[in-house]
Amino acid sequence: MFKRTEAAGTPFAFTFDGQEVAAREGDSIAGALLAAGIVITRTTPVGQAPRGPFCMMGACFDCLAEVDGIGGVQTCLVPARPGMVVQRQIGVRDLDEADAA
Amino acid sequence: MSEIFDVAVIGGGMVGSAIAYGCAIRGARTVLLDGADGSLRAARGNFGLVWSQGKGARMPAYAAWTRASLDRWTAFSEAMGSAAGQEIGYRRTGGLDFCLGDEDFQERTEEVRRLHNLVAGGPEIQMLDRAELRALLPNTPFGPNVTGASLMPDDGHANPLLLLRGLHAGLHRAGAEHRPGIAVDSIVATDGAFLITGPTGQTRAHRVVVASGLGTPRLAAQIGIEIPMRAVKGQNMVTERLPPLLPMPASALRQTAEGVIQIGVTSEEGETRTATSVNHLARMATRAVEVLPVLKQARIVRAWAAMRPMTPDGYPAYAQSALYPGAFAAVCHSGVTLSAIHASVLAEAILAGALPAEMADMHPARFEGRTDVQAH
Ligand SMILES: Cc1cc2nc3c(=O)[nH]c(=O)nc-3n(C[C@H](O)[C@H](O)[C@H](O)COP(=O)(O)OP(=O)(O)OC[C@H]3O[C@@H](n4cnc5c(N)ncnc54)[C@H](O)[C@@H]3O)c2cc1C
Ligand code: FES
Repeated sequence: MFKRTEAAGTPFAFTFDGQEVAAREGDSIAGALLAAGIVITRTTPVGQAPRGPFCMMGACFDCLAEVDGIGGVQTCLVPARPGMVVQRQIGVRDLDEADAA
Repeated sequence: MSEIFDVAVIGGGMVGSAIAYGCAIRGARTVLLDGADGSLRAARGNFGLVWSQGKGARMPAYAAWTRASLDRWTAFSEAMGSAAGQEIGYRRTGGLDFCLGDEDFQERTEEVRRLHNLVAGGPEIQMLDRAELRALLPNTPFGPNVTGASLMPDDGHANPLLLLRGLHAGLHRAGAEHRPGIAVDSIVATDGAFLITGPTGQTRAHRVVVASGLGTPRLAAQIGIEIPMRAVKGQNMVTERLPPLLPMPASALRQTAEGVIQIGVTSEEGETRTATSVNHLARMATRAVEVLPVLKQARIVRAWAAMRPMTPDGYPAYAQSALYPGAFAAVCHSGVTLSAIHASVLAEAILAGALPAEMADMHPARFEGRTDVQAH
């Protein structure tokens, strides 16, 4: 399990699959999720295997999730913000059909 | 001195690997010598189309050669899948080339008319207008500027890295030796065998095949075969995995078996470095979004560039040395598409010691005295 090494930063909350997650200013989404004990952010498109934040530096793409309705977001690269709605991404991400002609 | 191989192939890219595989499974004692990790390797950076559309308009022998390779691809891809330990993603769905705007559509319609009956008895390229295209692919969300497409019925695509793995695993399984990291410096005809020298030692073989991509001209000259070549850079990028959008590959746009969209591809002359450039990638992305507007939501996860080995007319060059029989050279663009015929007809011809008449027009003698290096 992950433990915070510093307690700095103003506390706030966002949600993951509807559940409240305690975060601190300066956290990435992935960082806040790990600190809250949430290690699976998505399942793979082909094999449906669970995946979660791994490299924490934008290289592995394992930390993808849906953030405020947009799929395929690398949660380790996006700062957490109060009230964000984050959702586990199941399989391949959705595209917004509004762009279809 | 060490053993004498039946065949030594110099170059473990798309062309050399297919030839070495084809020789090995026919029982020849084969060695494949490949260059260093840093060398230019189109085999590891290409687009993966198995494609006949538009090919060989000015060289019927090449159009027929491409067709003959496509005819072998289904069985070939099964052999590659079994060697690689997983299927290589070959999908023979038909291949499209999209038209954007009315002018593009008019021009393509003309071109398709000219390409009619390119290979007698072969499948015909067809022109689809927007309505026909939408009827063919009802679930593909085309952009409003897509006016139609040309369609070649049994073109397709494959995973080119798995293809390369299949060739290497297959030749290994057939008893051939694969020696990577050996950039050959010289080929000398000695009594009874060719002596091939690289930084780490020497190899001897009764037949030698120079299939070294952009490294070919220098080595081929040593066996008396002149092939002028130049590098043409191509940039690529891939998106994250996406839901099924495009069930047929298209020129410069395809969705892989796993859902990745691959977006191609530039043709840049006079480049020496394989770096990508944002202006080109942006242009490629813009065109892709014009075809499929939903792609503007997609994330690009990787971009790269590779160099195409290109002859002056863009068509393949195959030769046996007149000076040193038993020494061959083979280079081409579209080495993915042609791998099935390189692994069969070409490998057999090399073992038999004579290239068949159907290959005569693709001899590099056609470049003699040419100084221009036009694109095809
Ligand atoms: C961007 C791009 C997109 C493409 N798209 C397609 C496509 O969709 N469909 C298709 O059919 N084709 C495509 N191609 C073309 C295809 O990749 C090439 O035709 C094919 O790879 C050529 O094979 P080759 O073996 O001649 O050269 P390469 O694959 O480049 O291999 C040459 C090999 O020779 C080795 N070598 C060089 N010098 C020496 C030496 N002195 N000693 C030992 N080894 C040496 C190198 O290390 C290398 O491994 C594309 C190419 C590019 C660049
Ligand atoms: S954890 Fe690797 S990209 Fe986010």
